[in-house]
Amino acid sequence: MPQIAQLAETYASQIFWLLVIFGFVYFVVGRGMVPKVMDTVGLRDKQIADDLSAAQAARDAADEAEEAWRKRENANREAAQALVSKAKGKAQVSTEGKLAEVQARIDAQLADAEARIEESRAAAAAEIESVAAEAAQDITARLANVTVTETEARSAVQKAMAHG
Amino acid sequence: MAAETAKVDPMHQFTIEPLLGANMDVAGFNIAFTNSALWMLITAVVLWVFMLGGMKRELVPGRWQMTVETFTGFIDDMLEANVGKEGRKYVPYIFSLFMFILFANLLGLLPLGIVGLHPFTFTSHFTVTGVLAILSFSIVLIVGFWKHGFHFFSLFVPHGTPLPMIPIIFPIELISFLVRPFSLGLRLFVAMMAGHVLLEVLSSFVIDGWNAGAGFGLLVGVPSFLLMIGICALELLVAAIQAYVFALLSSLYINDAENLH
Repeated sequence: MPQIAQLAETYASQIFWLLVIFGFVYFVVGRGMVPKVMDTVGLRDKQIADDLSAAQAARDAADEAEEAWRKRENANREAAQALVSKAKGKAQVSTEGKLAEVQARIDAQLADAEARIEESRAAAAAEIESVAAEAAQDITARLANVTVTETEARSAVQKAMAHG
Repeated sequence: MAAETAKVDPMHQFTIEPLLGANMDVAGFNIAFTNSALWMLITAVVLWVFMLGGMKRELVPGRWQMTVETFTGFIDDMLEANVGKEGRKYVPYIFSLFMFILFANLLGLLPLGIVGLHPFTFTSHFTVTGVLAILSFSIVLIVGFWKHGFHFFSLFVPHGTPLPMIPIIFPIELISFLVRPFSLGLRLFVAMMAGHVLLEVLSSFVIDGWNAGAGFGLLVGVPSFLLMIGICALELLVAAIQAYVFALLSSLYINDAENLH
């Protein structure tokens, strides 16, 4: 086994060259190059993270703008609706006013007409009364030869008419 | 003579041969540039070239850059999961460790013998894995004592240990702690060596089988070759798993030092 057989003559050379060459590897590769490679990776990761966060920010801004637009849109719609309902209310009020006016006129006419009808009816009823009283006076005078005064005849007629 | 050259020594692949400065001595220590050192250098250079692909720093990465980033992310996630936020400062070390071992294991498996070169897996030498394990262990000790002072010894007394049990638990935990660098280094060394020996032995079956005649070739050589293909795939897996295990255990030990229990 040369590892042991040659130990005495080679150990110094082995250790010396290993330390020299591994030292070179450690200082040049390990200390010099590895941090730079890792920096590159870190830089790339950072850039990716930054880009992602920028995209997120842009998205948030877009969401915000949409939200603001929606709010404005809603406000506009509300204003329009208010305007419409106001116009509607105004129209209604004026319609109601006109209707009430017309209604009042119609009511007045109606009341007038009813009053006239009532008047005519009272006049007619009074006429019927007097005619009936005269007729009753006549009839009693002719059939029973009883003279009934006009007031008696009238009250009798009124009684009969009240009984219907 | 012919029989001797056909003989395959499965351990020969681990032999260290000086390439340059065989007599280069510093303070009595021989530090010749060997084939082992050459493959460490090749591993480091290949790793460096690989990492260059991750240095393009493009916002939208290409395949190569993506691969490098996957590896750094993998180590980063592992440390984050095992140590937590403070684990990030160990990414350079654990990444170097993981990639160095991974590339060494994979390069050592390259079938360069076809073109006459001999790949050398230096992670199959405990002198190398031991140094790496001791490095990890030293970091654990330094961080542990730096952050917690002598309170670091509470690592050896798990929460809720009854008072009379402490004299027994403490040495057990201490020994298991002290064994860590050995198990860490030996695990990688043994796994790499075993795999390479197995491949070498199987290839010697293939060669010797066919040398002994067509009958042996069909009986021994072909099944060995098929098995070798499977073992090669397994070795690629082991190369990655052992690198991962080394890095994972190092980060778990660092977690002990950072957060105690």
